[in-house]
Amino acid sequence: MNIVVCIKQVPDTTDVKIDSETNTLIREGVEAVINPFDMYAIEEGVRIRERFGGKVTAITMGPPQAQDVLKEAISMGVDEGIHLCDKVFAGSDTWSTSLILAKALEKICDSSTSATDLVICGKQASDGDTAQVGPGIASHLNLPQATYVRRIDTVHMDTCPRIIVVERLLEEGYELLELQLPALITVVKEINEPRLPSLRGKMRARTAKIPVWTNSDLGIDEDQIGLGGSPTQVVKIFTPPQKGGGQIFKGDPEEVVSRLVEEIKDLF
Amino acid sequence: MSSIKIINEKCTGCGLCLGVCPPGAITLADRKAVIDLDKCTLCGVCIGSCKFNAIKILRQAIIKEDLSGYKGVWVFAEQRQGVIAGVVFELLTKAKQLADSLGTYVGAVLLGSKIEDKADQLIHRGADKVFVVDCAVLENYIAENYTLAIVGLVNKYKPQIILAGATTTGRSLVSRIAVNLYTGLTADCTGLDIDKDRKILVQTRPAFGGNIMAQIISPNFRPQMATVRHKVMPEAEEDLSRSGEIIKELFDENKQDKRLKFLDFVKEAISTVNLAEADIIVSGGRGLQAAENFKLVEDLAQVLGAAVGSSRACVDSGWIPYSHQVGQTGRTVCPKVYIACGISGQIQHLVGMQSSKVIIAINKDPDAPIFRIANYGIVGDVFKVLPLLTKKLKEALRSRNTANV
Repeated sequence: MNIVVCIKQVPDTTDVKIDSETNTLIREGVEAVINPFDMYAIEEGVRIRERFGGKVTAITMGPPQAQDVLKEAISMGVDEGIHLCDKVFAGSDTWSTSLILAKALEKICDSSTSATDLVICGKQASDGDTAQVGPGIASHLNLPQATYVRRIDTVHMDTCPRIIVVERLLEEGYELLELQLPALITVVKEINEPRLPSLRGKMRARTAKIPVWTNSDLGIDEDQIGLGGSPTQVVKIFTPPQKGGGQIFKGDPEEVVSRLVEEIKDLF
Repeated sequence: MSSIKIINEKCTGCGLCLGVCPPGAITLADRKAVIDLDKCTLCGVCIGSCKFNAIKILRQAIIKEDLSGYKGVWVFAEQRQGVIAGVVFELLTKAKQLADSLGTYVGAVLLGSKIEDKADQLIHRGADKVFVVDCAVLENYIAENYTLAIVGLVNKYKPQIILAGATTTGRSLVSRIAVNLYTGLTADCTGLDIDKDRKILVQTRPAFGGNIMAQIISPNFRPQMATVRHKVMPEAEEDLSRSGEIIKELFDENKQDKRLKFLDFVKEAISTVNLAEADIIVSGGRGLQAAENFKLVEDLAQVLGAAVGSSRACVDSGWIPYSHQVGQTGRTVCPKVYIACGISGQIQHLVGMQSSKVIIAINKDPDAPIFRIANYGIVGDVFKVLPLLTKKLKEALRSRNTANV
């Protein structure tokens, strides 16, 4: 089973502090980490390989420092990483980003003796929160997709084509879907508990050579990528109206609850 | 190639942009900001932070085609087992506003099996035209088949805007469609307006966990597509006297994608109220101390007809299933009222609920971060305060209801 995991480097929100005067984020000195949802994607990829053999490749698109997330993925058991890094990629929206990742996936297939069976992404990235890139890649490559996967129930290795059955988390429950491979899934936190990097993994990560692919490797029309090629444009960024200055009651429970109920009862 | 630059004459070297840059690409040199273009991802966050308009993005523009032939504001009428999702009626409210300011019609797209009789509901709630594709293959949502059907409709009828609910189905489906159509899509919008001069859709959405807001346009591509969060607008009122046109289209069963099969749907939620669609959410956190104490949260939820939410700590402790988790690794919600019980308010929780209209917090620690974003709060023991609150709210609501009779 050959698996590709698509991951992203994001600012670590656990590190973020809030400026108590302006109520805005203080991002200075914030560490960059693997997007939390991608940890589950990496873990699931490694677990599948441990059961069925094959290879797990992690890819990421991002500036030079994004190489760190590939090293971390390798320390968790991923076999190799590929870094998609080119100034012409900068500013890509989800349409263009999914195109770049899709082209990289094609190149991985072309340059390998065995085709990719499964692409795994986290359900969304914690900075953009769009959840659009996973299905976007599937659409560019015309792969069947299952999003918000919380469990892979079965993997049929002996059928042709191979088949997986997954549980897809919905608002009010879940659905069971059967997918022919190759396919793309996006995963939620419930699917597993990511392992910590092993000592051996860390050693391997330290010495791992990470190939960097630029657009000359992928050959995408520059009119379709980057800030200029992206269908959407950000026209304005602003801080949302601040909350705070609320009424906070302290004191005898009976009394404060009565006061609160007076204030809020008309909300319901 | 697009790029970004600092206008040195305007830059005061205040350093505000340094702190906000997600990849840390900005430094100060000679009291001017300098952007390391190798590190920069052109995300634009710095532009929003600059008080002096000293940062400019240079965008290489592309014009695709003549866009004037695209008319109509469409809504994807998501349904499961013949029941139209509540968010669809909210979208119809917005679609009507947008269509009015553009001088065009409201369309609804209804896909499913034996669902044609639901088209009237959409007309009563504001659709002028309902595009129905009724086919056994479309009985259950399969992204590939739904994409095929909708792309066919779009190519034939050319809508200028398509809205879908930011549900697990809506977000996954329209991402696939937008790529297929080569057009722009904005996720999880909380605001939609028309730029009257350019006649384009201006989409507002939270990013970085709601800590910043971004306004996004797709001026050169059609249709302009957006998923919209629940509870951003009220449901359209039902008007049984409204009439509209029902347009039936066929789905070519030979083209269906057989690589994916729907096997089953399993309903699974403690409370009967859907977290994403709830007007009111009562959430419990670590302060509840044990699984059985979630009953206190459920009691209040029941009195208010609310959904039950949870912080990550409770899910990790196995007190409540993951589907109830609100926050960065759970669900993002924006109900009218969010009541946080024994939740301290770690940033990962706040990013999932800080867009709620009214936030009420109960916590024993007066310095808990949750109080910083709360509209109302009680500093106290959740085991004393919560049962009292349930009791007194029940009385207050009962006496109001009696008074109304």
